[in-house]
Amino acid sequence: MQNQRIIGTPQDRVDGRAKVTGAAPYVADFAAGQPILQAHPVGSAIARGRILAMDTSRALAVPGVVEVFTHENRPRTSWFGSSWQDEVAPPGQPLRPLHDARILHSGQPIALVVAETYEAARHAANLVTVAYEEEAHHTDLGLRLGTAYVPPKTRSGTTPPPKPKGDVEAALAAAPVTHQARYSVAAEVHNAMEPHATTVIVEEGGALLIHDKIQGVMNTQATVCAIFGLAKEKVRVVTPYLGGGFGSGLRPHHQCFLAVMAALALNRSVKLVLPRDHQFFLAHRPQTEMLVALGATRDGKLTAIRHDAIAGTSTYEDHQEVVVNWTNLLYPAPNVSLSHKLVKLDIESPTDMRAPGAPIGLFAAESAMDELAEKLGMCPLQLRLVNHADTDEVSNKRHTSKELRAAYRMGAERFGWQGRPLAPRAMKDGHELVGWGMATGAWEAQMQTHHARVMLDGEGRATVGVATADIGTGTYTILTQIAAEALGLPMARVTVLLGDSLLPKAPVSGGSWTAASAGAAVDDACARLKAELLRLAQKKGRLLGATLEDLRFADGAMARWSDAGTAIPLADILGESGRDSLVADGKAGPDMLSQLRYSSHAHSAVFAEVRVDEALGQVRVTRMVQAVAAGRILNPKTARSQVIGGAVWGIGMALHEEAQEDHVLGRRMNHNLAEYHIPACADVPDIDVLFVEEHDPRTSPLGVKGLGEIGICGAPPAIANAVWHATGRRVRDLPMTIERVLGLKDTPA
Amino acid sequence: MRPFTFSRPEAPALAIAGKDAASRFLAGGTNLVDLMKYDVERPAAVLDLGRIAGLREVTQAGGTLRIGALVTNADAAAHPLVLAHHPLLADAILAGATPQLRNMATTGGNLLQRTRCHYFYDRQTACNKREPGTGCPAIGGVNRIHAILGASESCIATHPSDMCVALAALEAVVVAQGPEGERRIPMAEFHRLPGNEPQRDTTLGERELITAVEIPAWDYGAHRTYLKLRDRLSYAFALVSVAAAVTLEGGRIAKARIALGGVAHKPWRVAEAETMLQGQAPGEDAFAAAASLILRGAQGQGHNDFKIELARRAIPRALHQAAHATPQSHVEKRIA
Amino acid sequence: MPDDLSPRGPDLLSVPITVNGQERHMRLAPWTTLLDALRDTLGLSGSKKGCDHGQCGACTVILDGRRVNACLVLAASKEGSEVRTVEGLAAPDGTLHPLQQAFIAHDAFQCGYCTPGQLCSGVALLEEGHAKTPDEIREWMSGNLCRCGAYPNIVAAIGEVASR
Repeated sequence: MQNQRIIGTPQDRVDGRAKVTGAAPYVADFAAGQPILQAHPVGSAIARGRILAMDTSRALAVPGVVEVFTHENRPRTSWFGSSWQDEVAPPGQPLRPLHDARILHSGQPIALVVAETYEAARHAANLVTVAYEEEAHHTDLGLRLGTAYVPPKTRSGTTPPPKPKGDVEAALAAAPVTHQARYSVAAEVHNAMEPHATTVIVEEGGALLIHDKIQGVMNTQATVCAIFGLAKEKVRVVTPYLGGGFGSGLRPHHQCFLAVMAALALNRSVKLVLPRDHQFFLAHRPQTEMLVALGATRDGKLTAIRHDAIAGTSTYEDHQEVVVNWTNLLYPAPNVSLSHKLVKLDIESPTDMRAPGAPIGLFAAESAMDELAEKLGMCPLQLRLVNHADTDEVSNKRHTSKELRAAYRMGAERFGWQGRPLAPRAMKDGHELVGWGMATGAWEAQMQTHHARVMLDGEGRATVGVATADIGTGTYTILTQIAAEALGLPMARVTVLLGDSLLPKAPVSGGSWTAASAGAAVDDACARLKAELLRLAQKKGRLLGATLEDLRFADGAMARWSDAGTAIPLADILGESGRDSLVADGKAGPDMLSQLRYSSHAHSAVFAEVRVDEALGQVRVTRMVQAVAAGRILNPKTARSQVIGGAVWGIGMALHEEAQEDHVLGRRMNHNLAEYHIPACADVPDIDVLFVEEHDPRTSPLGVKGLGEIGICGAPPAIANAVWHATGRRVRDLPMTIERVLGLKDTPA
Repeated sequence: MRPFTFSRPEAPALAIAGKDAASRFLAGGTNLVDLMKYDVERPAAVLDLGRIAGLREVTQAGGTLRIGALVTNADAAAHPLVLAHHPLLADAILAGATPQLRNMATTGGNLLQRTRCHYFYDRQTACNKREPGTGCPAIGGVNRIHAILGASESCIATHPSDMCVALAALEAVVVAQGPEGERRIPMAEFHRLPGNEPQRDTTLGERELITAVEIPAWDYGAHRTYLKLRDRLSYAFALVSVAAAVTLEGGRIAKARIALGGVAHKPWRVAEAETMLQGQAPGEDAFAAAASLILRGAQGQGHNDFKIELARRAIPRALHQAAHATPQSHVEKRIA
Repeated sequence: MPDDLSPRGPDLLSVPITVNGQERHMRLAPWTTLLDALRDTLGLSGSKKGCDHGQCGACTVILDGRRVNACLVLAASKEGSEVRTVEGLAAPDGTLHPLQQAFIAHDAFQCGYCTPGQLCSGVALLEEGHAKTPDEIREWMSGNLCRCGAYPNIVAAIGEVASR
């Protein structure tokens, strides 16, 4: 039996009021209006080489400048720690800012100016002059494909491509219908609206209170402690609100270490907000080149799948993503060859960016499926159904649940897919060609070990704490719902605390695992609290003989299901027991046994309509339907927002986003929001989100699969396929800028 | 920003008296403050024009529409006189920037808007426009947004304004006041090609203050368009834009004016194309011929090669829109 | 252009500005932007710095009745002006502005960072009368980027208030 239903109902964000009144504090808002040192970085102008000399004298002469840190004068005592590896670092040696004279990428921080005001710091930063010894650099992935290598060490948390199966080349040669093409996705930059920033408050006694733009405060705490040789008790990281993360905040970035270094060296509080242009040299989604080859029988059954990907990484870390596995996850075949290689470039390390790997690989795979359908003269949706994978052939496991077929059906119905002409260029409206495209999305449902604490106070209010972050995903709200439902309290009587390293331990919020994991941990803590409440009540002679299953928690009280008259307010139990409060700790993590036998994924069926001006190549996405099967939906309102957000990212990847690299200079040039385009309001139509019912007790204790990434996964190929359907032109390189849509840009064969 | 002195002269004469090569007039600030933060503009003195009266009026006399230099883009685009007499100007303004920026940016400031060239904005790279003699890495670099017409070996930057493209098509005149008195500069002569002095965007003197823009009378009504092609549907600079207006008499083009944005260091106008159209029936052949004339000598830099063909298609479409009195809406994104 | 690097001042300027109905007297260096003055001098951190170059709209405030990018306004040029920020949208008794309520009801934000700018922009938009159709809202709200992609909900929230 269940308590009042809060989970699964649409609820407004509990942090809504704080966010619409400007009261929610983000990193740069801490110590606003208070005297605190402000820092500004200096970035390298070259991509590779070393610093011969730096002149900081004119910067130091600027009134208000306190110090200019460089590799020559940085505090030697600060750079402790043999390892800079943070919680999610890929194999390699992370960039150590100001470590030495080496330049590993353009824009690398090479100095930090600290001043009494931001303007003084920025002004002085422009006065630092640098003499470099340049070395030949490589930033052009296309020219370096020949150097691609299989990363010797697999990045923790990623699954390398499985061993080849069958004989792909022979199967392709024998297949009656084949398709082979290369595809590429440009490097993208996260560009969360909140800049990367760190505010370090030096407290009395020398302890540090750090506000860092991080998707998991414990990652910053652990890394800062390791680097600076500080005890955990001396470093508290508090980041209650994050102005968007999208992966860029998974790792603590150099601005954090530089701000802490300056604060320790100067024994003063320091704020470092990275200017927007510097964030274009901080993290990015790797540029990826791919080859996909498909072989099929005449009725569309795949006989061979080959998917090779080559992605750029830095010279110092092997950043890896799961790019090619999705193809075989979605479509079984007897002959499969998947590979993922890296090329070292003189750029900063890529970093996970919303659904790392998936929309890249799925763009290629789902475009290729569309092309195969074209060759087969088959409806693209029918081709997906013919090749639907009932089991996960990549890991040879069963799915915990997979309602993808229902998602296809519901999405197609809502979109009106049935009337779609097979041939391209069949729908025209004035100067515009209209096209309909579809694609499949998938993202792994994951859990990570999370701890949670719940405290009930004497007035019957509950406070829940987890050190994870709400990066805009709605974690505050869903945890409030979970605790409120479990304890039978109205949501207004539950307060959730996040983003504080003093709270129960949690990893970074990423990978769409937070709802499933933190949610289950809170649920577990609440169950333990209820057990303790029952124990206390029974000590006072109440509800004797009852077990938790016999009890209903509602309206701030617990009672036997069978007898409402037995209700005791929770606060009274505390009162009778002479306690001010009651605390319980919970924990949840992946079920190893289940993981051995099952694989678990969220799926989506994405349908898009585009209108393309035939002569001028202007593309408008005019409709999109996303039917999502992602287990249990905790809050349909915030869940829909997650999917919409992902869909908007899909529009950006499909049409707009590209970090444009000058390979002569080895420098990204469109490093601002005027020339690096993310979708604006005018680019986004209404997006229709459907949730497919999926009961899945195996994926996680709450049946949740996570929604942070699934919305982007199938959107770029759905849009690309719609552009083909409209125009008859297959664009295999993202973004689909005007020149590509018009065929005015040469694409390498 | 480099430190600077700040003053608020209360009359044009005082502003001009206080102006020298090292100082800058501040109007809306949308470009100047932006560039100062990037350390591209480094004025020793900023003369805020905000207290100067008499530059905020839109008037009409003898058929000429006069827009004061401090009229904001938003006010100009919404002004009844502008909408009644030169709606093409309103169209162009509304195709540019954002409501916020248009509320700040002024007519005079927009005329002096500087290029969006990546290298101009990045002081860690060379740029002949920013620091003469250092070189132009855009040539052979990232030059997708750069010029296809009128570029030089020292600079391939484009002028980014939308407003100015309409003003060029409408043969506006820039009114400037300087130490020697008032001067009227036709739009065609106001912006320069880069040549070997790319640091100079305009022919305005160091001590001259723009006080107004005047647009001669021409009743084209709905026979106009501002067609802007860009990388997203709003809030993006033009890859190619076309301002076009025509008047028809007896089914033939009596007068046509066409200017292109996003393609050159200045709004691009070719009088020969306009003359050629005169007396012709509006039609695709005539429009294509006009496009060929306008684009004569166009040269790509690699990434921006597509702009030549894009412009070749955009010009006839814009002329089609103008001839059919179907001006491009900035709200409806479908291109008529 | 001189490369004289010594600061020419800073003679702080006296800048009276009315902020959310309250007259504030600030002494500011001339290069202080309105955004930095609000945040760093007055401690009103609701207005956000996203790009600092007028390219994102997070800093949007309503200045003398018009929405502007506060990051590109030199505060000294606005003495005597009236500024309304996100902190000034709700009634003094805490009752939210209808658009604030609609933003919550429509889930028109996720991370919340662009929200103060979206709200100031939206409130000004409603006063401008540019919210007659969803397309019109989309175009006239395109000066406020939202990386979380809450646009459809923002359009719905503004549309709902506009239709009242």
